[in-house]
Amino acid sequence: MNLHEYQARDLLKNYNINFPIGEVGSTPQEVFDIAKKFGGDVVVKAQIHSGGRGKAGGVKLCPTAIDAKNFASTILGRKLVTNQTDSEGVIVEKLLVTEKTNISREIYLSIVIDPDFESPVLIASSEGGTEIEKMAEETPNKITKIPFDPVLGAKPYELRSLISKLNIPKDSVKDFYQLINNLYKAFIETDSSLIEINPLIIDYNEKIIPLDCKINLDDDSYFRQKKLFELRDKNQENPIETRAKDFDLAYVKLDKGNVGCLVNGAGLAMATMDLTTKSGCFPANFLDVGGSTDKAKIKEAFRILVLDKNVEYLLINLFAGIARADLIAEGVVEAAEEASFKLPIIVSMRGTNSERGFSILKNSKLNIHIAENLGHAAELLSKINKANN
Amino acid sequence: MLLDNNTKVLVQGLGKDGSFQAQRAIEYGTNVVACVHPNREGQLFENKIPYFESAKDAVKKTGANAGVIYVPAPFAMDAIIEQVDANLELVVCITEGIPVHDMIKVKSYMKGKKCRLIGPNCPGIISPALKIKIGIIPGNICNEGNVGLVSRSGTLTYEAISQIGEAGLGQSLCIGIGGDPIHGTSFIDALSFFEQDKNTKSIVLIGEIGGTKEQQAAEYIKSHISKPIVFTIAGTTAPKGKRMGHAGAVISGKMGLASEKIKALKEAGAHHADDPSKIGVTLKSVL
Repeated sequence: MNLHEYQARDLLKNYNINFPIGEVGSTPQEVFDIAKKFGGDVVVKAQIHSGGRGKAGGVKLCPTAIDAKNFASTILGRKLVTNQTDSEGVIVEKLLVTEKTNISREIYLSIVIDPDFESPVLIASSEGGTEIEKMAEETPNKITKIPFDPVLGAKPYELRSLISKLNIPKDSVKDFYQLINNLYKAFIETDSSLIEINPLIIDYNEKIIPLDCKINLDDDSYFRQKKLFELRDKNQENPIETRAKDFDLAYVKLDKGNVGCLVNGAGLAMATMDLTTKSGCFPANFLDVGGSTDKAKIKEAFRILVLDKNVEYLLINLFAGIARADLIAEGVVEAAEEASFKLPIIVSMRGTNSERGFSILKNSKLNIHIAENLGHAAELLSKINKANN
Repeated sequence: MLLDNNTKVLVQGLGKDGSFQAQRAIEYGTNVVACVHPNREGQLFENKIPYFESAKDAVKKTGANAGVIYVPAPFAMDAIIEQVDANLELVVCITEGIPVHDMIKVKSYMKGKKCRLIGPNCPGIISPALKIKIGIIPGNICNEGNVGLVSRSGTLTYEAISQIGEAGLGQSLCIGIGGDPIHGTSFIDALSFFEQDKNTKSIVLIGEIGGTKEQQAAEYIKSHISKPIVFTIAGTTAPKGKRMGHAGAVISGKMGLASEKIKALKEAGAHHADDPSKIGVTLKSVL
């Protein structure tokens, strides 16, 4: 789960990590009042779950409170499209207004979980302000990675060499150590998968100040981080994805696909998407119904798929191990009949109770095309698609 | 050896799914000797297999040397540590949704210890020749043969198994290493095992988007593997930055792309099944 910048700032305050003063407004008047309180000259930042805000026009330097108000009225309630959102963009409902700072240099800092080190890793670069991915491609030699040891944390000798590499001003070295230790503590205690400070700035007085931050929490830690998960902002999510999540379905909406895919298992679901593309169509979604035997969940999955108006065909691909194919078939038939669904459904079904599943589908009034295996499903899809076009 | 005639399995976590799977494993031929579940000490599973309060106790009384875990995610780390401490040689963790911070602790704790972990978030391991399965891979889709299969996926593994069968071949051993970013047995561990295993003549590797483990496997293949390898990578059409079900299946950098993994494995001499329905056909064509 992503946190908003203002939420991340509040959270890190508990760990003694302090950002330039700032407050959140959700109307132009509130933004005006905050800016005025801060003496005009402020930075106004759209609070959205996406990077690339600056380039997309979501961050503005406002010399006066009136400028801040004007900016707020142009952006609040609108959707912002960045290079990291889909083509629809995400809605701006809150603006963070902060004091302006004098930036002399920008540094990149983050902690992520690195599967190669099998531990959290500190990533730092003297080229702050840009996206890490871009840095990795353009200036990989400027990126330093330091793994945290589960017992020792960051090793001081490694931090020392990082400090000289980043050229941290002498008077701020102590603060830098403190910052890293505090960030690591926050990372562990909040079950984060990413904490990013980008940029960490060095101001005219040679002080280090974190300016912007981003936190992603590990979804799998929900059971022990319930309080933090209350910060979830559903308005930043795709509404269909939110609905799927509430039913414990792994669903990802894809842009401009015409084949709704209902699959059990994540790997098989991805393979099904890939195969759909090979057959000349495009997948409308990723959907893993899991090892479920719950008919209600299958029916909900079906309803979610047909919400997508671009869907012309359904492709159901099941390899039932824990799941039972007959129950899934029943769920599909019931949901399809409720929705008077008439579009072609291509089904490949193997494993537990698949014969019974097939007979349930065949005896229904649905437009069913039965495939013997995965390759055959792609052939059928291709054939039906050609006949329709 | 990962599995042999002396493999004695302890099952931990016998809720609805765990019990169902334990029953299937016994039917398949697995020697399940002990069950560990809270508050069932003294009872018998299926009227024959004794329940114990702790893994250590179960090992002491039954000589179990392998364990499987169906314990819910919040308690799975503790179950893995418990089985490691009970000196089991092999621990297979099926549980999905373990916090990644827990897996960091587990891996750190296991360093230097002799225990091998498979998973978590995996379908487990099956040997059709020995009729042993630890985990949830359906036994009836497998048949004895010489293909070693290693995969990050569950149901896509079943798909590959059935395609191997349709190609008139069978499996020496199937290992599901799981879809989590931090896991026990790696592609490299499995490849090294298959290279040494006399019953394995060819290898099928199933990867997916996210991480760099496929690239590491490719590097290893170049200098260590002489047997023919067929591979497929799931997620060529997956968007960047989105978790595709598995916690590890997120493209977060260029290296996580399917195209990068395919390139690396092809360069290492592995044969690409460029369509997930052609794993069996591709395998047949290279043998």
